[in-house]
This record gives sequence, C-alpha cells and structure tokens, in this order.
Amino acid sequence: MLELLRQPWPWYVAGPLIGLTVPLLLWIGNKSFGISSTLRDLCAACVPAGIPFFQYNWKDRTWNLVYVAGIMLGALLSVTVLGNPEPVAIAPDTVADLQALGLTDFSGLGPSEIFSWDVLLSWRGLIFTVVGGFLVGFGTRYAGGCTSGHSIFGLSTLQWPSLVATICFMAGGFITTHLLLPLIL
Amino acid sequence: MSTLRSYLPYLLAGILFGILLTKAEVISWWRIQEMYRLQSFHMYGVIGSAVVTGAISVWLMKRFNVRTRNGEPIVIQPKSFDKGIVIGGLLFGIGWGITGACPGPLYAQIGAGMTVVVVTLLSAIAGTWTYGKLREKLPH
Repeated sequence: MLELLRQPWPWYVAGPLIGLTVPLLLWIGNKSFGISSTLRDLCAACVPAGIPFFQYNWKDRTWNLVYVAGIMLGALLSVTVLGNPEPVAIAPDTVADLQALGLTDFSGLGPSEIFSWDVLLSWRGLIFTVVGGFLVGFGTRYAGGCTSGHSIFGLSTLQWPSLVATICFMAGGFITTHLLLPLIL
Repeated sequence: MSTLRSYLPYLLAGILFGILLTKAEVISWWRIQEMYRLQSFHMYGVIGSAVVTGAISVWLMKRFNVRTRNGEPIVIQPKSFDKGIVIGGLLFGIGWGITGACPGPLYAQIGAGMTVVVVTLLSAIAGTWTYGKLREKLPH
C-alpha cells in the first residue's frame, strides 16, 4: 500500500480529491477555498502600514493561515514518508522544447538552473524568483483570487467572473511560455 | 471550544491538500510547462476533474440542504466582476508561467524542500502589499 502511495498520483485520483476540498471547507466552517488571500492576511498581520486595504481583523482568518501551514506540512510528508525517488516523468516533447531553450538539468521539482540559492542573485534568478513571485502576489489580489479561489472554488460554484479569471490566468501563462521564456531563459 | 482544537480540522485539511498537490506533482515547474505547451493532459485532468467534483458536491450540498458540522446553513461568497479580473488575471498568469507555482504550490514547494521559494513567497507578499498600496489608483 505504501509503495502504491509513493508513486506519483494520477490526475483522476488527485483531481477529484482536490475538488472535494471545496465541500470539505464549507462543511468544516463555511469557508470559501482560496489560498492567495493568505498573502493579504500576512500583509495585514505584519506590515499593514496604515493602508486601508489591510485594515481588517486578519485574526478572523487565522483558519486559512493554519490551512497553508498544513499545506507545507503535507508537502513535507509527501517528500519524506511518501517520497518518490524517481524524477518527475516529464513529457518528452517538453524536455526537447526546454533543452532547445538551454536547460540541461531535468531532475527535481523544477530547473535547478533557475530556482536555487546559487543563481538567485543572477538576472535569471531574480526574474524567475523575485519578479515572478511579485506578479503572482500582485496579480492574484488584483484579480481577487488565484487558481484555488477562482479556478476551483469559483468554477465549482458556477460563478462566471471566475471563468473569465481562469481564461486570463491561462492566457497569461501561454504568453509567458511562448513569448517570454525564449527571451528570459 | 478551545482555539487550538477549533483550528485542528483546518490543519488536517491543509495537510491533505499539501499531500495532494505534491503527489499529483502539480507543484512542479515541469508540469506547468507541459500544460502551457499542450504536451500533457495531466494538469488539465487534475484541474478539470477537481472542478467537476467540486461542482457536483456543491450541487449535492444544496440539493440535500447539507449544513456545516456546526449546523449552520452553507453560505457561498459571491465573486464580483471588475476589470481587475482581466488585468490582474493576465498578470498572475504571466507570473504563474514564470514561477511555475500559484499560491498554494508556493507553500507546498517550500514544504517539499525548495527553500529558495521562500524568496518567491516573500516577493508575492510584497506584490500583494503593493496592490493594496496602489489599489485606489488602479483601474477596476
């Protein structure tokens, strides 16, 4: 059993279980599933700086900070107890495309040539880590949610603004992959 | 109810979600690249089946008047539309393509040992802070 759990989980197992997060959080305490709002809560808790957008009682949303702490713990368990020694089985076409862009190391969760402390202070490291992270935080709050809040919770509850948001998320990613990556990789 | 005990279900739900994200490899930059290059069905399968399952369960909860575990009626918070959905959505999408991680996977990558992602997360918090600071001046 443990051996089976250690394998990567197929989409038709993980996807439906991820979807059950929506009713689970509603059942536990009437909570709307959404991760990016924790970034706002952390701003409100740590650096509100008198900004009206951060003047609210973030302590009422402690549940979500506990939830993301759980995400970190769950990920830790996944790479230890449930760890899979095999590298991610990346589609051969993707490997070929990324090799053409100059990547050579295909081990790990992502390219160590981009995401590591060693390259953090190179222009490539700064773009992928600092600029990329900034866009994720700025964009999700501007859009009022991320993949969890809009694409999973919003679509599950049939809210059309979330469909527009999801289409824009995808469009942005296609722009990065096909227009920006050739320039910044 | 003691505070610690009231948060325990959220911690367990979070742990479960972290395991799902990591074991389905959706926190991998490679999987995001496969998705945006249309070279694997994996990510589409995960997100698509999650949405279908979520939608069916929410429909069932409404149909059978399911309440929260404390007996409250279920309330679904509405999402409103403004221009930010489009502009912010595109900006986030561009960032997602770069980092290979939306906010949930950012936390999961750190837990999975990609410690440099702490910098990405701090930068994402700075991005959210900047949005809050500029909010009144941005088109909505």
